[in-house]
Amino acid sequence: MAVLEDVTSPAAAGLRPRRASQRERWQRRLPLLPALIYTIVVTQVPFLVTLWYSFQNYFWNQPGGATWAGVANYKEVFTDPNFRAALVRSVTMTAIAVIVAMFLGVLLALLLDRKFLGRGVVRTLLITPFLIMPAAAALIWSGPMLDPNFGLLNWLLEPFGVHHVAWLTTHAYGSVIVVMVWEWTPFMTLIVLAGLQGQAQDILEAAKVDGASAWATFRELTLPHLRPYIELGILLGSIYLVNVFDQVRLMTNGGPGTSTTTLPFYLYQQLDYAFNVGGTAAAGVVTVILTIIIASFALRMFARVFQFEEAK
Amino acid sequence: MTSTRFRKRRLAAAACVAVAVTAVAACSSGGSSGGGNSASSGNNSSTGTVTVAVVSNPLITGQMIPLTQSVFEKENPGITVKFATYTEGDLRAAIEKDVSTHSNSFNAIMIGPYEAPLFAKNGWLDDLSKNYIASDPSYDASDLLSPVAKSLSYNGDLYAVPFYGESSMLYYNKSMLAAAGITMPEHPTWTEVAAAAAKLNQPGKVAGICLRGLAGWGDNMASLDTVINTYGGEWYDSSWKAQLTSPADEQAVNFYVNLLKNDGESGASNDSFNQLLTLYGQGKCAMWYDSTVAATSLATTYPSVYSQTGYAFAPVDKTTSSGWLWSWSLGIPQGVSNQSAAWKFVSWATSKQYDTLVAQKYGWSAVPPGSRTSLYNNPNYQKAAGAFAGITLQSINGTDPDHPTLNPVPYVGIQYVDIPQFETLGLQVGQQIAGAIAGTESVTQALQNSQGYASVYTPSELSGGN
Amino acid sequence: MTATEAPVTAPRRGRRIREVSGLAGWTVLGWVVGIAFFIPVLWMVITAFKPESAAETWPPKFTFSPTLSEFRLVFSGMGPYIEHSAIATIGSTVVVLVLGLPAAYALSIRPVRKWRDTLFFFISTKMLPIVAAIGPLYVIALKTHLLDSIWLLIILYAAMNLPLAVWMLRSFMLEVPGEMLEAARLDGAGRVREITEVIMPVVLPGLVSTALICVIFAWNELFLALNLTVTNAATMPMFLISSVPQEGLYIAHLSAAATVASVPVIIVGWIAQRSLVRGLAMGAIK
Repeated sequence: MAVLEDVTSPAAAGLRPRRASQRERWQRRLPLLPALIYTIVVTQVPFLVTLWYSFQNYFWNQPGGATWAGVANYKEVFTDPNFRAALVRSVTMTAIAVIVAMFLGVLLALLLDRKFLGRGVVRTLLITPFLIMPAAAALIWSGPMLDPNFGLLNWLLEPFGVHHVAWLTTHAYGSVIVVMVWEWTPFMTLIVLAGLQGQAQDILEAAKVDGASAWATFRELTLPHLRPYIELGILLGSIYLVNVFDQVRLMTNGGPGTSTTTLPFYLYQQLDYAFNVGGTAAAGVVTVILTIIIASFALRMFARVFQFEEAK
Repeated sequence: MTSTRFRKRRLAAAACVAVAVTAVAACSSGGSSGGGNSASSGNNSSTGTVTVAVVSNPLITGQMIPLTQSVFEKENPGITVKFATYTEGDLRAAIEKDVSTHSNSFNAIMIGPYEAPLFAKNGWLDDLSKNYIASDPSYDASDLLSPVAKSLSYNGDLYAVPFYGESSMLYYNKSMLAAAGITMPEHPTWTEVAAAAAKLNQPGKVAGICLRGLAGWGDNMASLDTVINTYGGEWYDSSWKAQLTSPADEQAVNFYVNLLKNDGESGASNDSFNQLLTLYGQGKCAMWYDSTVAATSLATTYPSVYSQTGYAFAPVDKTTSSGWLWSWSLGIPQGVSNQSAAWKFVSWATSKQYDTLVAQKYGWSAVPPGSRTSLYNNPNYQKAAGAFAGITLQSINGTDPDHPTLNPVPYVGIQYVDIPQFETLGLQVGQQIAGAIAGTESVTQALQNSQGYASVYTPSELSGGN
Repeated sequence: MTATEAPVTAPRRGRRIREVSGLAGWTVLGWVVGIAFFIPVLWMVITAFKPESAAETWPPKFTFSPTLSEFRLVFSGMGPYIEHSAIATIGSTVVVLVLGLPAAYALSIRPVRKWRDTLFFFISTKMLPIVAAIGPLYVIALKTHLLDSIWLLIILYAAMNLPLAVWMLRSFMLEVPGEMLEAARLDGAGRVREITEVIMPVVLPGLVSTALICVIFAWNELFLALNLTVTNAATMPMFLISSVPQEGLYIAHLSAAATVASVPVIIVGWIAQRSLVRGLAMGAIK
C-alpha cells in the first residue's frame, strides 16, 4: 500500500512569489468551498438556533411561545444529577461497546484473513448485522431473541442450564451493550481486515522462515501495523455509538429504573415527554462543548491517525 | 494545537449567519401558523386532503384504514385521507409539536381523555359540540357512553369523540381455576385475587397472575394506579402535596410488586399489554388484569384460550370500583385547514354506521368497543360478544374520573393525573416502579425517588393546569 | 484450496494432514462464528413467515406452515414509504459525492493550508446530539416550509454523511502515487486530465465504498424522518416503527416489515462488500 507523506509538500510552502501564492491559495480553496459552505449553513444555523433556544423557556405542552430565561436552563443542566448520571453512563457504555467491538473485530478479521472454505459467504454473514435497520434489530432482539418466556436465546442456552432468564430485566445494561456490539463489530472487522490485507506478505514469510511463533509474529509485526486502523475504528465507532439511542428506547426504555438511561435517551425524554425544548437545547450545547474538549485531547493522542504532525 | 485557529473560524461562521439566526428567532417566538399540506384553501372547505395522526393499533391499522380507503373515500370523492401511524409515545410527541407550533400538519388527531381537556383549555382544539354536532343531530352524541363523553369534554362541550373506549378487568382461565378448586366472584377483592394467584402459580410453567411492569404511564402505571386508588392512595392531596410515600400508596405498591415477584410472570418489568396478551393467549397465565379491549384481541387471535376465559370486574379493596377509563378519540386542531372535511371523516369513523361496516367485514365481535350504547343494545353484538360485552359496558359506566380516589383530590383522572407535567412524571415514576419490580431497587427507595420527582413542581404550577 | 497430488513421502503426508486439518478447523470455526452472528437475522426472517399467533411460542417453532399474509400486508402498505426512502437515500448520496469529491481533493492532492482545522470542523458537526437540535430543526423546517418535504431529508442526510465522506475520500485520494501526479504535471496535463486519467481510476473503489456507507446510513436513519416528516416524505424506518401497536400482536408483522426494509441495503452491501473491504483498506489511515 502506498504511503503518501503529509501533503504539505515543500514545494508549495515558500518558493513561489507572493502574488501567485495568493491566487494559488484561492485556487486550492475553491473545490473545498461548496462542501464547506453547505456544511456551515446546514449544521451551524441549526446549532445557533439551538443555542438561542437554550436561553429560552419553551415548552411544547404549554401555550404561549418562547420566553427569555437567561441562563436558567444551564443552571438546571449543571445541577441535575440525572444529566450527570446519564452522561457518565453514556461514556462508559460507549467505551465498553467500542472496546469489545474492536476486540472482536480484530479476532474476526484475523479469522477472515485465513483461507478457508466459503470464506466469502462467512464474510457476508458477518457484515449483515451492520446493514440491518437498527430499529428493527433492537425490536427483534428485545422480542424474539431475549424475551424471558419466548426468546430464542433462552431456548438455545437451555441445555446449559439457563432457565427463562429475563435478560432485559436482570442484565439490562449488558444486553444493550451486547446489541450495540453485535451491530458494530462488522464495521470494526472490515476496517481491521483492510489493514490485515494490506500487510506485506514477504515480511510475514520471512518471520516464519526465521522460526518466529504465530503469537510473536502477531505481537511484533501485525499489531503495530494494525494500530492506525484500530485507532480509526475506535474514533469513528465512538462518534457514532455515543449518539445511538434506538436500542435503549426500544429495548429497555431507559430502565429498569434508570440503569440504561444514556445521554441521548435522557435528552429524548426531556424533549418528547417533558416537552422542554429550552432545557434540551442547553443540555445539547453543554454536550457539544464537552465533546469538543475531549475530542481535542483524544486527537492529540492519536495524532498519527490523522497525520496532524508535520511531515518529518 | 490549532484551537485558536479553529475558534476563529467558528467565530467567523457565527458572524456570517447571525443575521439569518436573528430572522429565524424573531419569527419563532410567535408561533404563528406556517405551511401546511392542504390541497384547497379556506377553513370550511369540505373537500381536500385530511391528514390524520393515529396510534398503531389493530382496530385502526386493520379496520379503520382499509375501510376508509374502500368505503369513506368512495362515498366522499373530494376527500383524500392520509394516515400517519405512530407508536403511542411518538404519537404524543408528534401531536404536541403540531398543535403547539400550529404547524397544521394534521387535520385530525387521535388523543385521549388526558390530552383533550388540556388541549381544549389551551385553545388548541375545535369545539366539536358547538361547531358540528349541534348542526348534525344524526351523529347522536347522546349515544356515546357518558363517562367517556364526559372525560373528553371541557366546560360541557365535546372536544374529541371516541373511536373506542376501555376500562380494565380481570381475565382468568376457567379450566385452570377449576383444576385448582377456585371460584372467582364477579366483584373480587385484591386479597382474594392474591390468594388465588398463590394457589395457581406453577413456577416456570404458569404464572398465577400476569400484570404489567413495563415503565410508562400508559403501561405499568395504568394498572398500578388503579391499585393505588382502591387501596385509598393518591398522587397529590388537595393542597397539591405529593403523596407517593404515604402509607396507603406504600401499601398498594408493595402489594403490587410482591404479587408480581411471588406469583407473577418472569421478566415483568419488560411486559405490557402486547407481551401479556401473548403469554395469556398461550396459556402461560392463569389470570390477567388488563384492558377490556384485550377480549377483542383474544377472540381474534387465540380462540381456544378465549373460549375458556372468564371475566371479573377490576379487583377492589377500599373502593367499590377501580377500573381505569381510556378512549382513543379523534379531535380537530384549532385553525387547521379543511375542517369540514376533517369533521366528515371524524364523524364517519365514530358513528353507528361505522360499527355496522366493521361487523359486515370483520364480524360483530371485532367491532371497536366501549364508545356507544347502541352497540351494546344491538342483539347481533350481544350474540357475538356476549361473553365480555356486558362486563365491559358496566366497567366503563362504573368509572368516575372526576372522583378517582377514596380521599378528595384536586385532579381528574383514574390512571393518570390530568396535568401537563404528568407526561414526564408518569414515565419517571413508572421507571422507578419497573426498577422495584425488577429487583434493582427496593420499593421504599423507588417511592422515595418518585416522591422527589412529584415534588419538583409547585402547587401553582400544578394547579395552573386546572 | 486445491490439494495437489504429491509424491507420498512420510513428512510430506504429515504436513498435508496438518494443512487439511488446519483448513478444516478454520472452516468449522469460521462457519460457527458466521452463523452465530447471523442467527438473529435468520430468526427474524423465519418469524416473518409465521402467523401472529405462532410468532412467539415456547418452545420456539422451527417447523410450521409458512404464510405470506404478513408479507402481503407489508407490500400493500409500503409503497410510498419505500419510494421516499429511495429518493432521500439516492438524492443525499449524490449530493454528498458532488460536494465531497472536490472537498477531498482540496484536502489531499492540492491541499489548503488549514486542512487540519477543516477536517476537525467537519467531524465536529457530528458532536451535537441530534436530539438536542431536533426542536430547533423543527421550527426552522416549519418557517422555511420544508416540513414533511423530501428535500428536507435530502439536505439533512447529505449534511449528516458529508463529514465521513470527506474523511474517507480524502484518504483514498492520498493513495494516488505522487509520482503519477508529477508525471502528469510534467506531461502538461491540465486539471481535468489529471482528474480523469490519474485520480479517478485509483479512487474509484474507494468512491464506491464511501457511497455504500452513505447509502446505509441514509436508508436506516429514523430519528430525523420521524420528527420532521408526516406523510409526504415518510420513509421505510417510519413504516417499520409504525407496525408496533400499543395494544396488539405485532412480532410477525414487524419481522416481515424489517425483512423487507432491510433487503435493499443487504443486497447492495453483499454485492459491494468486496469493494467495501478494499475501500476501507485503502487508506482511511493515511
